[in-house]
Amino acid sequence: MTGGAEAVRGGIRFDGVSVAYGGNVVLDRLDLTVEPGEVMALLGPSGSGKTTALRAVAGFVRPAAGRVFIGDRDVTALPPHKRGIGMVVQQYALFPHLRVQDNVAFGLKAQKADKAGIPGRVAEALELVGMGDYARRYPRELSGGQQQRVAIARALAIRPGVLLLDEPLSALDAQLRSGMLTELARLHRELPDVSILYVTHDQVEALTLADRIAVMDKARLQDCGTPQELYRRPRTEFTASFVGNANLLPVTVAEPAGTVDFAGHALAVPTGSVAGGATATLCVRPHLVGLGDGPNALTGTISEVQWRGSTHRLYVDVDGHRVKADVRELRDTPVLGDRVTLHFAAHDAVLLPQGAGASHG
Amino acid sequence: MPTKARTGWKGPAWALPPVAVLAVVFLYPLLLVVQQSFSPDEGGTSLAPYADVFASASFRSALTTTVWLAAGSTVGCLVLGFVLALVIAFVPFPGAKAVARFVDVFLSFPSFLITLALLFIYGNAGMANGVWTGVTGAADGPFHFLTTPWGVLLAEITYFTPFVMRPLLAAFSQLDTAQLEVASSLGAGPARIVRQVILPEALPALLAGGSLVLVMCLNEFGIVLFTGAKGVTTLPMLVYSKAILESDYPAACVVAVVNIAISVGLYSLYRAVSRRAGA
Repeated sequence: MTGGAEAVRGGIRFDGVSVAYGGNVVLDRLDLTVEPGEVMALLGPSGSGKTTALRAVAGFVRPAAGRVFIGDRDVTALPPHKRGIGMVVQQYALFPHLRVQDNVAFGLKAQKADKAGIPGRVAEALELVGMGDYARRYPRELSGGQQQRVAIARALAIRPGVLLLDEPLSALDAQLRSGMLTELARLHRELPDVSILYVTHDQVEALTLADRIAVMDKARLQDCGTPQELYRRPRTEFTASFVGNANLLPVTVAEPAGTVDFAGHALAVPTGSVAGGATATLCVRPHLVGLGDGPNALTGTISEVQWRGSTHRLYVDVDGHRVKADVRELRDTPVLGDRVTLHFAAHDAVLLPQGAGASHG
Repeated sequence: MPTKARTGWKGPAWALPPVAVLAVVFLYPLLLVVQQSFSPDEGGTSLAPYADVFASASFRSALTTTVWLAAGSTVGCLVLGFVLALVIAFVPFPGAKAVARFVDVFLSFPSFLITLALLFIYGNAGMANGVWTGVTGAADGPFHFLTTPWGVLLAEITYFTPFVMRPLLAAFSQLDTAQLEVASSLGAGPARIVRQVILPEALPALLAGGSLVLVMCLNEFGIVLFTGAKGVTTLPMLVYSKAILESDYPAACVVAVVNIAISVGLYSLYRAVSRRAGA
């Protein structure tokens, strides 16, 4: 138990939360539940409303409509310092005039925790992020990665039920970032009760870390599901392209349903509930597109080749549509202008009904 | 090496004119003041003027008045300036930017203007007393503090507070708002945030503003003169009355030298402290 603001057992619930600045709606009727102990990533481009949603949980923005719950408690009207939340931001925001240990102790003192217990809890939090040896340093004496560890320790020291991470790895370079991802995953395993809301524009972070991903765009929740669901069975075009950069091909469903027509090619894919004659979007991941003849073959001209180490990314022009394919590194690298045939398996394709994505109409 | 020799010769040549001008217009008169302070009217060079001045009650009382007025004004300016700067910087209200800009303009006002304005309000024939006599029918209003040291204190705090606010506002604009947000999410209320996050980071700015105001208050002449306070004699006032009214130049120069010594001493102290504070 922490003193002061009581530690709430995890879980966050957005109930129709809208936020507007002036007349500008930056978050539009968000309904979302983060289960206790769950890592929920809010993934989207800048201006998608994901950071606003996090700030509504922290209490830095007041929703124009809707309620925010932490655990069972309605916190919509509570000031930030009464919410008992741990928060980590992109630029660390350590207090520069305080030593590492005093930074970590800040929340405990603010919450009037038992004085005798503070040094122990500070040491414990620093140990958790592997910064035990740096307790007496000042923030300016630490590297970016170390500062972010301290910021995480500072947030965890108050033993919050909810941890808010706002682009926590964006200020770090690529190598550090992947190390910190592993670290965050380990932390979550050690603190299974803490609900984590993780705001990021980086799909790798979201796919690696999150139990579920909420995809945001244009102030709205576009899609929500486990990483596998979103990756394999995206429900909207936005999700399909933002997560994993899928091929999106405009098609017309044949009558009776069972195949679709793509630029004059008949492709056998599961049409599901999409009615015959309707226009739709066919979504296929680049790495599931193979080179050579096979089912659902498409022939086109190579318009660009990118070597990516273990794979080649081919851009193939098929009757005026650009199709991306990631193929294993080739011995005879295709060159621009080559005619090639691509294919994909029926069960690797997802058909998205026209207009999918505007979930609120 | 010829090139090096030439630049080595050219450097001082360029520096010479400004140094010479500085010496003639600034250092030489200063030297005259110091020299005069060691030259009693009876002739010769001696410490007699110093002994006389230090022994006089008027000097001692002026020194005390000067120091406590300056110290009091500085404390007042720091407290008022910190609170006002906090409000302007962190409490969003319409016109906050305009107020911040007005602070800049205020710095360019002459100090006696404030005193004049205060005279209009609190003077013996000012608005406050006018309202009082109008309402009660009394012959005289209750506000006579303007000619007391308190009037000087009020005027100095009013005039010098923006000198504290200017560096504070600059410091606050550098402050990472994420720090304030993280602090509040950790459970810190507004008072704790001001005390433990904002104040430590504003300390160099407070030190800079405070020492500036302290030195300016020590040397303030216009405000003290304009309040018309008969009983309030500060060191600059004493210099004025000795030199102009009594034509006692050695004594005036002694007081001036003391005033300069205090200012320079405080300034050096400030530099030493701020260097240690890492500012």
